[in-house]
Amino acid sequence: MRLVLEKRAEASGRMAILSPIIAILLTLVTGGIIFALRGLNPFSALYVFFVEPLTTAWSIEQLIVKATPLAMIGAGLAVSYMANVWNIGAEGQLTAGAILGSAIPVFFPEFQSPFTLVVMLALGIIGGMAWASIPAFLKNRFGTNEILTSLMLVYVIQLVLDWLVRGPWRDPKGYNFPKTIAFSDWQMLPSFQLIPPSIGPIYVNLGAILAVIAVVALAFMMGRTLKGFELRVQGVAPRAGRFAGFSREKTVWFCFLLSGGLAGLAGICEVMSTVGQLQPGISPGYGFTAIIVAFLGRLNPIGALVAAFALAISYLGGESAQVALGISDKTARVFQGILLFYILACDSLILYRLKFIGRTPQLAEGRA
Amino acid sequence: MEYLLEALHVTKVFGTLKANDDVTLKVKPGEIHAFLGENGAGKSTLVKMIYGALQPTSGEFRWMGKSVTIPSPAAARKLGIGMVFQHFSLFDALTVAENIALAMPGAFDMKKLSERITRVSRDYGLPLEPTAVVADLSVGERQRIEIVRCLLQEPKLLIMDEPTAVLTPQEADQLFVTLARLAGEGCAVIYISHRLEEVKRLCHNVTILRHGKVVANVDPATETAASLARLMVGGDIHVVKSAREDQRGATRLKLDHLKLPADGPFSVELRNVSLDVKAGEVVAIAGVAGNGQSELFDAVSGERSLRDAAMLVIDGKPMGHDGVNTRRNAGAAFVPEERLGHGAVPGFTLSQNVVLTRHSSDEALVKSGMVSSGGAAGVSQRVIKDFDVRKGKPDPEARSLSGGNLQKFVVGRELDRKPGVLVVNQPTWGVDAGAAATVRQAIVDLARQGSAVLVISQDLDEIFEIADRIAVISRGQLSEAYPASELSSEKIGLLMAGAHELKETAHAARA
Repeated sequence: MRLVLEKRAEASGRMAILSPIIAILLTLVTGGIIFALRGLNPFSALYVFFVEPLTTAWSIEQLIVKATPLAMIGAGLAVSYMANVWNIGAEGQLTAGAILGSAIPVFFPEFQSPFTLVVMLALGIIGGMAWASIPAFLKNRFGTNEILTSLMLVYVIQLVLDWLVRGPWRDPKGYNFPKTIAFSDWQMLPSFQLIPPSIGPIYVNLGAILAVIAVVALAFMMGRTLKGFELRVQGVAPRAGRFAGFSREKTVWFCFLLSGGLAGLAGICEVMSTVGQLQPGISPGYGFTAIIVAFLGRLNPIGALVAAFALAISYLGGESAQVALGISDKTARVFQGILLFYILACDSLILYRLKFIGRTPQLAEGRA
Repeated sequence: MEYLLEALHVTKVFGTLKANDDVTLKVKPGEIHAFLGENGAGKSTLVKMIYGALQPTSGEFRWMGKSVTIPSPAAARKLGIGMVFQHFSLFDALTVAENIALAMPGAFDMKKLSERITRVSRDYGLPLEPTAVVADLSVGERQRIEIVRCLLQEPKLLIMDEPTAVLTPQEADQLFVTLARLAGEGCAVIYISHRLEEVKRLCHNVTILRHGKVVANVDPATETAASLARLMVGGDIHVVKSAREDQRGATRLKLDHLKLPADGPFSVELRNVSLDVKAGEVVAIAGVAGNGQSELFDAVSGERSLRDAAMLVIDGKPMGHDGVNTRRNAGAAFVPEERLGHGAVPGFTLSQNVVLTRHSSDEALVKSGMVSSGGAAGVSQRVIKDFDVRKGKPDPEARSLSGGNLQKFVVGRELDRKPGVLVVNQPTWGVDAGAAATVRQAIVDLARQGSAVLVISQDLDEIFEIADRIAVISRGQLSEAYPASELSSEKIGLLMAGAHELKETAHAARA
């Protein structure tokens, strides 16, 4: 008995949808086994991890807060990966965006008007783009591998952030804590009531709305426009892309600026909402988790929005598991890693089918 | 033992497709037996079963009178069956002897092996230097390695899959001598080819397959190439009609001392390529694969930009600096050699593939940055109808089409634009006879309507069928273009081997 992968004539549309579902199920089973090995009841542990975060209005709000940066970054990465441009450094671009946007409250704390909000968001996008342009330039100019450069630049900008908040940008009245002054008024994102108090109430901030707008715009771009067509061609058949007259260099620039800009926007939105100031550790690895979001969402912006909620649950679950079960909140990272592994494995079933082959027949001679 | 190999009622089913349907055939020792058939007729499936790479769904094989199952290529080799594939499996960085050693079962002694290689290759007229590195060898020499690799195992049956597709006429002649000699020693040869003249010349017996069934088993000596083609296609094959009256007009495509440096270790540098293609004519560039054809195509299409704009002139306009879309907008159209991944995106539907090459030249396809799927579907339906593209679904993915049908689509997509200049690289490579005839006729018709057509091809039969003038490319240098009527296969063969390079070097020395 042998198990082989056989190539399909056409990509299977059914498997493209089933693959992430199978991957999630396999992740749950594996997670259950890990909990059981640690001596926990796997069922109640999984309940705490994945169901409990959805049971109160407050935790739904938290879910949206966590899903916002994931969807924003994930959608940009999905487009980028679709075009075969591998930006792994969204976490760094997020940080760069947060730093540049925060320059306004740090240097002009008195500048308070609706315009403040716009300038800070714009600077966030520019910061992300600027940091993303380094790997893009290096790739086009010297042919360096963007996976390595974009990833390594994450650690560079995180050290820059660390230096800033411990040094020049430190709040003079902050008791030597490594952080800037607290943001206020127009330096913070406004909130809107999503569901009336009779049911919820559930509030969302401007960032969530921006994320939805970004997702819809990118989905439209990929599905309907020539730009989206160009990006998809470049991803699956670079030679055909050249034949179509599409420039690979421009695509590399476009993808890095787009995904970097969105990561920067996510970064500035984080410091303008949940964090409220610049400090080390503004993100629990959203930029990396968004890579999983992009894949779980089938490299489709709308899919990334759905996947962002799935991954947001794992963050919340990690927190509640820490409280209820006394296990490290890094467990969330374990789940995320297992999930990515299973998605990539299941994705091979889109182009291949599994086939059992009977025992290898032996050379039989002399029957005649 | 009258027959070496017999296939009795062999059927192979893939899903709902019967690739081989009740195939019965017999191969005698010492016989060169041709398998003829269009693409998708079931030749490859049948040989793969004989070589143990596939298992029949029903039916049996007999080897020297005894019923056998052949579970793997290793088992086939053990029986005495060797196979030379169309696409070689050689490591460029290793030597001839090392490549052969990798395929030998069990332990081996490199020195003894080298001696055997030298002896066997000399005995069969396939000279090989065991210490030569594969990367330095020509395609013909690489094929020799594959053949010698089989011969070292002393096969009783040798299967050759389109062996002459990559050879010069002289190299092919040499191969035929070798095969005849092998047959004389009692080794049977199964010979797969599209080239009818070759089959007539070389083979003792022909089995013709169509839609997976054996439709005829004939003696090639008593058949003509036309009658063989008829059996293969199942109807009178369409002969390309070309009104050969001299109605050439102005030059529409001009290559003027075109130079392009090599862009990699296996790439060829183009040296001073000059050629005029006039309205109303088909000019063909012959040559053995890997002599600069793909580089020339890239330079003409604009996928690689030229140093000097005047090196390429389309309808009087220097366009050497312009990209592929600007050249398309100037009325040129291009069909590359590789259908999947270059001419078409494998995972995209046919209508999406229309957008690939026509997004800038066809205003109906892209409106203010948005792709009109309706416009694309319209073009795609028109091409499918005009070029008789056969497919399973209304708008299937490109990769699900057979080679011939996809080629008809890729060529049709460009011809549908009625381009003033058409450049085609290998218009019928790996395409069945029916589709090839359609494509060739369409190319000739386009020229007769006043377009300039440049065809790059390795298939000499094709070139003589459609070209008005022929030039030969060898190591990045292009010969003068001769009227087709003045050229014989022999002369082309000499040019392919580089006769014009010497002349040009002499020119340069005198100048």
